[in-house]
Amino acid sequence: MTRTHDVAVVGAGPAGLAAAVEAAEAGLDVALVDGAAQPGGQYWRHYDERHARPDDRAGHHGWPVFTGLRERLRTARAAGRIRYLPGRQVYLVTRDEAGTFTLRTTPSGAVGTPESISASGAVGTPESTSASGAGEAAKTFAASSPSGASAPDAAGQVTARALILCTGGYDRQLPVPGWDLPGVMTAGGVQALLKGHRVLAGRRAVVAGTGPFLLPVATGLARAGASVEAVAEANGTLGWLRDPVGAASVPGKAVEAAQYAALMARHRIPYRTRTVVTRILGQDRVEAVRISRVDRDGRPAGPVKEIAADLVALGWGFTPSLELALMLGADTRKDVDGSLVVAVDGFQRSSVEGVYVAGEATGVGGAVLATQEGRLSALALARSLGRPAVPGLMGRLRAAIGRGRRFAAAMHRTYPVPSAWTEWLEERTLVCRCEEVSYGDLRRAHTDLCAHDPRTLKMLARPGMGWCQGRVCGFATAGIAACLNRRETTAEDLRPLSTRSLAAPVTLGELAALDRSRTSPDDPHHDQ
Amino acid sequence: MTPQWFGRSAGRRREGADLVVVGAGVVGAASAYFACLAGLRVVVVERGAIAGGTSSAGEGNLLVSDKEAGPELDLALYSQRVWREDLAEHAPLWEFEAKGGLVVAASEPSVAALRELGDHQRRHGVEVRDVGRDELRDYEPHLSPRLAGAAFYPQDAQVQPMLVVAHLLRLARGLGAEVRTRTEVTGFLRDGDRVTGVRTTGGDIPAGAVLNAAGTWAGAVAGLAGVRVPVLPRRGFVLVTQPMPPRTIRHKVYAAEYVGDVASSDAGLQTSPVVEGTDSGTILIGASRERVGFDRTVSVEAISALAAKAIALFPMLREVRAMRTYLGFRPYCPDHLPVIGPDPRAPGLWHACGHEGAGIGLSAGTGKLVAQALTGRAPDLDLKPFAPDRFPDAAPDTEEVPQ
Amino acid sequence: MTYRMTFRGAAVPAEPGQSVGAALVAAGILDWRSTRKAGRPRGLFCGIGVCFDCLITIDGVPDRRACLVPAADGMRLGDSAQDRSLGSPQDRSVGSPQGDESRGGGSRDASQGGGRDEDA
Repeated sequence: MTRTHDVAVVGAGPAGLAAAVEAAEAGLDVALVDGAAQPGGQYWRHYDERHARPDDRAGHHGWPVFTGLRERLRTARAAGRIRYLPGRQVYLVTRDEAGTFTLRTTPSGAVGTPESISASGAVGTPESTSASGAGEAAKTFAASSPSGASAPDAAGQVTARALILCTGGYDRQLPVPGWDLPGVMTAGGVQALLKGHRVLAGRRAVVAGTGPFLLPVATGLARAGASVEAVAEANGTLGWLRDPVGAASVPGKAVEAAQYAALMARHRIPYRTRTVVTRILGQDRVEAVRISRVDRDGRPAGPVKEIAADLVALGWGFTPSLELALMLGADTRKDVDGSLVVAVDGFQRSSVEGVYVAGEATGVGGAVLATQEGRLSALALARSLGRPAVPGLMGRLRAAIGRGRRFAAAMHRTYPVPSAWTEWLEERTLVCRCEEVSYGDLRRAHTDLCAHDPRTLKMLARPGMGWCQGRVCGFATAGIAACLNRRETTAEDLRPLSTRSLAAPVTLGELAALDRSRTSPDDPHHDQ
Repeated sequence: MTPQWFGRSAGRRREGADLVVVGAGVVGAASAYFACLAGLRVVVVERGAIAGGTSSAGEGNLLVSDKEAGPELDLALYSQRVWREDLAEHAPLWEFEAKGGLVVAASEPSVAALRELGDHQRRHGVEVRDVGRDELRDYEPHLSPRLAGAAFYPQDAQVQPMLVVAHLLRLARGLGAEVRTRTEVTGFLRDGDRVTGVRTTGGDIPAGAVLNAAGTWAGAVAGLAGVRVPVLPRRGFVLVTQPMPPRTIRHKVYAAEYVGDVASSDAGLQTSPVVEGTDSGTILIGASRERVGFDRTVSVEAISALAAKAIALFPMLREVRAMRTYLGFRPYCPDHLPVIGPDPRAPGLWHACGHEGAGIGLSAGTGKLVAQALTGRAPDLDLKPFAPDRFPDAAPDTEEVPQ
Repeated sequence: MTYRMTFRGAAVPAEPGQSVGAALVAAGILDWRSTRKAGRPRGLFCGIGVCFDCLITIDGVPDRRACLVPAADGMRLGDSAQDRSLGSPQDRSVGSPQGDESRGGGSRDASQGGGRDEDA
């Protein structure tokens, strides 16, 4: 009953889509698992295709690249080479002694089937669900997916002999007083509302943080009709254009930057460099922000200005999602931007045999690079399985990836997280939004209770122990721990806050359905 | 067992200590605290961070309900008094909650067995209330209606074990103790047979006595002194749910079979459901036991069995989400008793380790007893059943795992 | 067509293809849950399924991510007591939607910061 694929690709963003179609076209039997209802990932997030309008694509970079990949996905699925499983999150990955990987998945909720119903239905828990119940859930599941999803195996399992992890990332956040007020969102969340749902999250917006991603968010908001009161960029700007290595690596990026500069000018968006939001004001929702000029390290060093706003979009670069790679024991390293990433070799191979990683999880670098890495990982895997290779292709990809990485590093050096960012914090500023742990709580755990490392901080003060399991506050908590010890953040600080024993919340009913001790061989749900 | 060294400590060099405690887990922290109270100069050395081993991998149980008459029950009852009397003023710091334990049985025969155990425990000082089928829901509104009966143990309590460690060490520091983390013991200072201190990655520390409180890794520490203490790892998983409304589950609730599993020496996987709420809203679901060395891989078999059995007790848990799981290695000895007291094979070396899955609860009593013995007083409880040299020199069936 | 949903009894429209959270924000509703400790309001934050700030009861099923779940005609949103009562009652019984200011974060002692479970 269980089909063991040649490879399972996790994530259907730029890297995952490229990897899946490339692997399928190289003759491999592919499973593609993705949390969203339709392919594209965060970068090519777009409105539900069943209800699309022509203007939905406005502002999408590389859209023809996406539609090309999507078409190849359709072709490969039609040929039975890709089993596509959207709307499912992998919560656990294991590797057996023979080297076969098992992914256990749970509905993400994005495909319209109530999570808990499809959860207990699809897994066929003996007491609760008859065989027809499970079938019913599967039917609802397939019918409700815009892309006509394949049903997963009874227990939501996918098995494969190799993995390509393209798990992407999400906006990196730094806490600031007031960041928990409604009306404060991640820059990516604001973008997702616009691109994925045609919703403008506010009328008067301030976009703040650092990095080039602030520009498309600001111009997207302006185009949709918001008044963007300011873009507060913590760093100086355009430094990367002056970086000889960076600018020369990917010339097209300079053109892209010039386009954004023109858009910013057209919408008259004030672009304030060396400026940070030091406090977000409001009672039960955002009313205003306080911005301040800062020095190179991010220390407030200038006049403070208050700007009325009902939307604040925050982004400090991106945090890669490493749960699955870490669960398998892959080696990691601290990247130029300060994030923990998976260490890979020149063929996207991690330290774990059979596990390839591509895209942001190997270092934040953007969609073009991610797509190239996805392709390379699939080609490298196919070659290792004896499939014929296109002469020269891998070499060209590797060269392009090298250039892309150099460019990414130059960008990271231009837009660092300011080293003095913890000075914006006040005792009562929440660091962990889930467990409501303040900076003062962390400081006291450090001083009074010997919580000198992030893991001990986590155990004693609970940052990262709530619903999101440290996805949002992990980077900040590691940074605070290091700062309290008067040193720089290390990979060892970041690892315990990036490691999660379950990569997504899963109902106990779903877990119970995996219990072999209670499943008899003649049980119709027995999953073998 | 008079501690000869104690009188000699006066002339020791400044960097020396009366007592070096090896291991900043809950047993080490409690021992350090009580030793400080008794007037000793204490240095705690820990190779990692505080509460970094098994102390941070359990549920914080202070149980009497799962113990039959014998030295462990005596120690558990003694420890209960220490928690509730000696440590009473600090109880809120570590979320001490006298929530009581509810041991449930699924069938009439197991209710009968439960009653028999209860009668036996009552004779040895344990408070037990028989709970009939009709009263179950008064104790736990979400319990499965299929259960046949239960026994309620009001003495069972719970703490947040990492906070226990952190605060006991804080209190000990206030009494003059020094805590050195990231400091690994690499050997012992010797004067003939006698242990006169430790060698560490951070330098030598001369001491009047050294207490091995290294938990699951205590066998390796003992080995550095040339003595055998057969402490072995027994792996356990705990599932943690999403935060739930307060008092969803009010007591520590476990199935009668748990008692059997605790006492078992079977190497294979055993799971018996133990379900309890916490201050932070999460529900903890244990307990699995298996002997697999120090393997840290998540066992699908173990966590799925825990989930299934927890649902059997509380059907509402089926739709509740697990957010994470964690594992730990209980330090157990072949006879399931801890090792507490001076080691005659290496004078100056003491042990307080091997408390298996009961270390949080037993730590307070252990620490106080060790401090009494170290300072030459007669301990409140006879330590003979816990003697370090009670094991044969080389067990025929050593399941010892490379550390 | 436009879907019609209700949020605590009030009508909320949604365009087919929008998420529940997007439809709420479009209707000017920025928060639909309060935190367990301080009782603070929460709505969309990451918007992509990562942060779990936007949990909501949908058709009686609690703790669904509003940012992920597609809107559907007739959905009942946020009408469970649980969206408002996840927290400890003593924190909310003060009646202020912001909860007790003194527990808003910074004043909580680290000694009380822990929870009983752990490991990391």
